[in-house]
Amino acid sequence: MITNAYELIVAILSAIGVYDMILGYFQDMGMEFILKVIIVLVEIAVLLVFVLLTVMFLSWLERKMFAVVQARYGPMVTGPRGLFQPIADGIKLLSKEDIIPATADRWIFTLAPYIVFVSVLLVYIPLPFGESLIVSDLRVGLLYIIAISAVTPVSILLAGWASNNKYSLMGAIRAVAQDISYTIPLAITAIAVVVFVGSLSTVDIVNAQQGYWFGIIPKWFIFLQPLGFILFLIACIAEMGRIPFDFQESEQELVAGFFTEYSGMKFAMFFLAEYAHLFAVSGIIVTIFLGGWTGPAIPIIPIQITSLIYFIIKTYAVIFFAMWLRDTVPRVRIDQLLHIGWKIMIPLALLNLLVAAFVVTAGVI
Amino acid sequence: METETLLLNMGPVHPSTHGVLRFKLRMDGEIIRDCQIVVGYLHRGTEKFGEMKTYLQFIPYTDRLDYIAAMPNNYAYVKAVEELAGIEVPLRAEYIRVLVMELNRIINHLVMMGSLLLDLGGSTMIMYGFRERETALQMYEMLCGARMTFNYVKPGGVREDLPEGFMPKLNEFIKDMEKRIVDYEELVNGNEIFLMRTKNIGVISAEEAINYGMTGPSMRGSGVDYDIRKVEPYSIYSDLDFKACMCREGDSYARYLVRVDEMRESLHILRQIADTIPEGKTVNQRYGMAPNTGAPSSVMSYFPRIFTPAEGEVYSRIEAPKGELGFFVASDGTTKPYRVKIRSPSFCNLVALPKMVLGLKIPDLIAAFGTIDIVLGDVDR
Repeated sequence: MITNAYELIVAILSAIGVYDMILGYFQDMGMEFILKVIIVLVEIAVLLVFVLLTVMFLSWLERKMFAVVQARYGPMVTGPRGLFQPIADGIKLLSKEDIIPATADRWIFTLAPYIVFVSVLLVYIPLPFGESLIVSDLRVGLLYIIAISAVTPVSILLAGWASNNKYSLMGAIRAVAQDISYTIPLAITAIAVVVFVGSLSTVDIVNAQQGYWFGIIPKWFIFLQPLGFILFLIACIAEMGRIPFDFQESEQELVAGFFTEYSGMKFAMFFLAEYAHLFAVSGIIVTIFLGGWTGPAIPIIPIQITSLIYFIIKTYAVIFFAMWLRDTVPRVRIDQLLHIGWKIMIPLALLNLLVAAFVVTAGVI
Repeated sequence: METETLLLNMGPVHPSTHGVLRFKLRMDGEIIRDCQIVVGYLHRGTEKFGEMKTYLQFIPYTDRLDYIAAMPNNYAYVKAVEELAGIEVPLRAEYIRVLVMELNRIINHLVMMGSLLLDLGGSTMIMYGFRERETALQMYEMLCGARMTFNYVKPGGVREDLPEGFMPKLNEFIKDMEKRIVDYEELVNGNEIFLMRTKNIGVISAEEAINYGMTGPSMRGSGVDYDIRKVEPYSIYSDLDFKACMCREGDSYARYLVRVDEMRESLHILRQIADTIPEGKTVNQRYGMAPNTGAPSSVMSYFPRIFTPAEGEVYSRIEAPKGELGFFVASDGTTKPYRVKIRSPSFCNLVALPKMVLGLKIPDLIAAFGTIDIVLGDVDR
């Protein structure tokens, strides 16, 4: 039984009959662990390439969708339908001057964007892209995701504080206030799912959603907990910092929020992190509420591939929703946001948890 | 706990100050304790130019005041000059003038709606607004070759007659806009977040609005029934059927609603003009061909480039899309005005902003500011 990507790579190598040869080679030298390190590095490389390609594609998709909604064309010049626009953007950002303001705290100012990006990247570790396509099936996967997501506001605060700019600071303070108030309903709604599954592992959560009720309705948690899903979705959009909750930037009020002073590659890091986060959070929503990689099996094609396709399709559906929302609605005010978070979302999330606990203990399902 | 207030300089380079306006805000956390408006970053000395140029030469400068809606600027100045020199205008020219001005009112309100939503974070409305604006600008282009700075209204008439194909395009535009306004209302008015952001924000009472000298839709949002087209009808407005739109609440949402209603009324006026516009002269055929005769001619078939009104002064005002636009023109009997003073609606309305936003937050400042609807070219002159 293959449980994660490491074992999958080993299995693929064995299937084509080279694993034993390579293993033997390394065993002869008595350095078996180096092979393990190499395989892990391959995993990381694949993940990184996947994330970067996704980010590029998402930034193109966002522009294109924005344009379609607004009766425009969007990028059209670079490549077919402007597909290479992200590459042009990347080259532009790389060739920009990397400005550090004279009054800024050099070290923290430089460090902050990388912390943001790394913390977002870490969220991908327990994310099941498909059957056995997971970097590591952590036993506390869900808790880990919520905990790692809580690192992002810290780095945003670092960025805002180090910039030594009033707008940056206000943006950072807003971002922190927002993240704290929305991580709580996020965690509580996630716990309601955990109550059903009995495990924090993301793989277990997906497995619990396999199968059908009455032969038609898939056993996704969205049908079991519609309220929980809505709360989780709203909290996630707030976590991602997208319209209508994009206070960390709120460009019409705070110029660009916490990354007002950033330029060049450091700005690109924030940009990468934003879209990587969008995909990761959408993936989490899919994993918890939309059945993860489950879907009708197709004969002949290995389940790893079909499950990956199902996962990607579902994730893009959530991303589509987030982008659609951004195109349509304006931004709420910061105090209204906190009001919604503390006075509406948290009580509803607790109610949701209570009902879930009651249902499980009573043994209804 | 004792805390310090934070002095926040908003602008002159800031995404939502609509140009080069500067706010000096004293902030207690997110709450605005004091708001000072600093203007003058776009000062071009337009009024002084008025003294240095002849009566006709000054008209292009008025285009640069409120560049979103330049036609009423043209007209307001020309109306003052006409009153000063006692020039009569053929009826068809008056119809065309009102037509282009009401079209400009629609453009102005579209831009205002778009930029308000953009300031609140919803970036789609401005594209829709600009789509319709584009049609209208193309019509202006047919009319006078320019899209924003028209220089179209002249003393004694307008520069060109309506070109061929203008009227069908106008009718199409009216028909199109009627449907589009419904779309906008669905996109904007029906949006809960938009209501949350604008209702009870930037409230100003009727009495305060009058005391601050606010005019136009911004004041009518507070429930003051005061439309210069009604109280002091000029041009052909007394013959037209329309109503001054009004709301009572005095908040940002009310000011926004007034503008949506005004677009409907303007469409109604356009429809009436399209149906009833008379044939006749528009004083364009021989414009500028006449010799320098000095005194204004009573023959309206041509109009001289240089003329000298008799000594005197006149203050003439119109209902521009943003409010009362007044031109004070004084003549000393030479070819140039002795003094030109512009009473611009943007400047006078802007003064009320600090009153509206005290105790609110920065996002509310943006929402209140967006509905006052200013153009910096009009504020600084």
